[in-house]
Amino acid sequence: MSLLQIEHVSRLFGSLIAVNDVSMTVEAGELRAVIGPNGAGKTTFFNLISGFLTPSSGRITFDGEDITNLLPARRVWRGIARTFQVTEVFPELSVRENLRIPVEVASGFRVRPWLSREDNEKVGARVSTLLEMGGLSNKADRLVGELAHGDQRATEITMALALNPRLLLLDEPTAGMGDQETYEIIQLIRRLHKDNKLTIVLIEHDMRVVFHLADRIMVLDQGKFLAEGTPQEIAANEAVQTAYLGQAA
Amino acid sequence: MPKLDKRAADALIWALLLTAPFWLTHVGGYVELGSRVLIYALAAMALNFLLGYTGVLSFGHAAYFGLGAYGTALTIKLLYPSTPLGMLVGIVVGTAAAAIIGPMIARLRGVYFAMCTIAFGQVFYFIAFQWFSLTHGDDGVSAWHRMPIDLGFATLDILENNKSFYYFVLAVFAASVGAMAFLLRSPFGRTLLAIRENERRARFLGIPVDRHIWMSWVISCFFVSIAGTLYALLNDFVDPRAIRWDQSGNFVIMAVLGGMRSFWGPLIGAAIFIVLQDYLSSQTANWMSFVGLFFVLVVLFFPRGVLGLVQRKTVS
Repeated sequence: MSLLQIEHVSRLFGSLIAVNDVSMTVEAGELRAVIGPNGAGKTTFFNLISGFLTPSSGRITFDGEDITNLLPARRVWRGIARTFQVTEVFPELSVRENLRIPVEVASGFRVRPWLSREDNEKVGARVSTLLEMGGLSNKADRLVGELAHGDQRATEITMALALNPRLLLLDEPTAGMGDQETYEIIQLIRRLHKDNKLTIVLIEHDMRVVFHLADRIMVLDQGKFLAEGTPQEIAANEAVQTAYLGQAA
Repeated sequence: MPKLDKRAADALIWALLLTAPFWLTHVGGYVELGSRVLIYALAAMALNFLLGYTGVLSFGHAAYFGLGAYGTALTIKLLYPSTPLGMLVGIVVGTAAAAIIGPMIARLRGVYFAMCTIAFGQVFYFIAFQWFSLTHGDDGVSAWHRMPIDLGFATLDILENNKSFYYFVLAVFAASVGAMAFLLRSPFGRTLLAIRENERRARFLGIPVDRHIWMSWVISCFFVSIAGTLYALLNDFVDPRAIRWDQSGNFVIMAVLGGMRSFWGPLIGAAIFIVLQDYLSSQTANWMSFVGLFFVLVVLFFPRGVLGLVQRKTVS
């Protein structure tokens, strides 16, 4: 059974059809990229998967369960975590606290008025592991709002990981970053995919990133499905070249 | 602020509060003034649990403050002359009302939330104003007084001895404030900070935001109704002014004045507000204009409140 199955979803904003009858199937362990020119409906499509929006029609199943109309928090509890195009963190809290919150939520401590010493140590250990994983150990006690953009983005991705997701959705993870920062984020995503066998779906503008990372690529154009295939297939696809790559050249 | 400074500040505040009945009279105050500061400080700190630590502005906390006060007064006057029973009824009534109203407003944000809390608050004001047979309307609930508390091994004479009453209020204040501080340091408290900092992020970390705002609202109203019961006991009297919207405004002013991002801020704000009120209202009937002017100046020049200023100084 596929981990994520999207069947014929559409989303209308008034008379605008932002996503038009798109289907996609993601297998466990896959790294899938969704690309397309501006206004192709990538972010809307993402918002439908994460529950930020619900589809006007169509069906979304995650691990065999219909999640089409579930609230965002309930999707998170089932294992779907996401990041945003514009980094969303808790700016006036330290990196450690930013990570501690999702760790506690994922451990089911969300409404606990206190933690036992044992639970507290478990949470602390998990936070340390995550700090390490995100390359943030030496910035643990700084306020996230004071960090560089790349570190804020790394914090956000690590926060999503803190939830122990089975599916990670990354909305333009390298948006607005310099070359060095982009490289570091790519390395982080690659580690998560290869070492942790995490299933990832990402939207990306930067073609170098996409062709480096993705197992398979889906192309959207004006809200519609255009093509899907391996990076080589997509690079050779004429329709894609006209709609997207051609346009960029 | 470094940890040590924070502890020193805590110790200083508790020391001042513990010794207040002895030094207040030497600086032109009186013991009841100290009790009043503590009661308003508890109300403002309870409001700040929601405002400063969850990021949600309520303009209707006077309703639950007033329900606590009316519950206490009417219980002691009509049901049974016992201070603890009166307080219990007041707290239960105030908290229950908040718990029922909560789900209707927890989905609202910003100014919509504030407006709806005012609207619900005014409902209780008009009930208190109009239900003459029970509340005596504008005349208020009088002809009753707080009762000495029987502790089993001794009797706490909060009626005749104003120092005993002060320490009784301080004990309730300490327990309430301690409970709030404890909650704010818990995993639950951190979910509230998360909502304040970034609601969207909180939602997509799996926090059911509306439900947590409802819980924070009920906790905040629980503590404000405790303040309300103490207010009734302090005055041996309640009238609809306790429950009116401008009372809610006063709580907000105290929290913002003192600094809503610091735990003790609302206490400082309440102290400034009550002392100014006490002094100015004996000089002029228009005392509120001066408090208002002071408030505007603080908001303009020290947007983080009086305590925010002190903290910034210690950092730099």
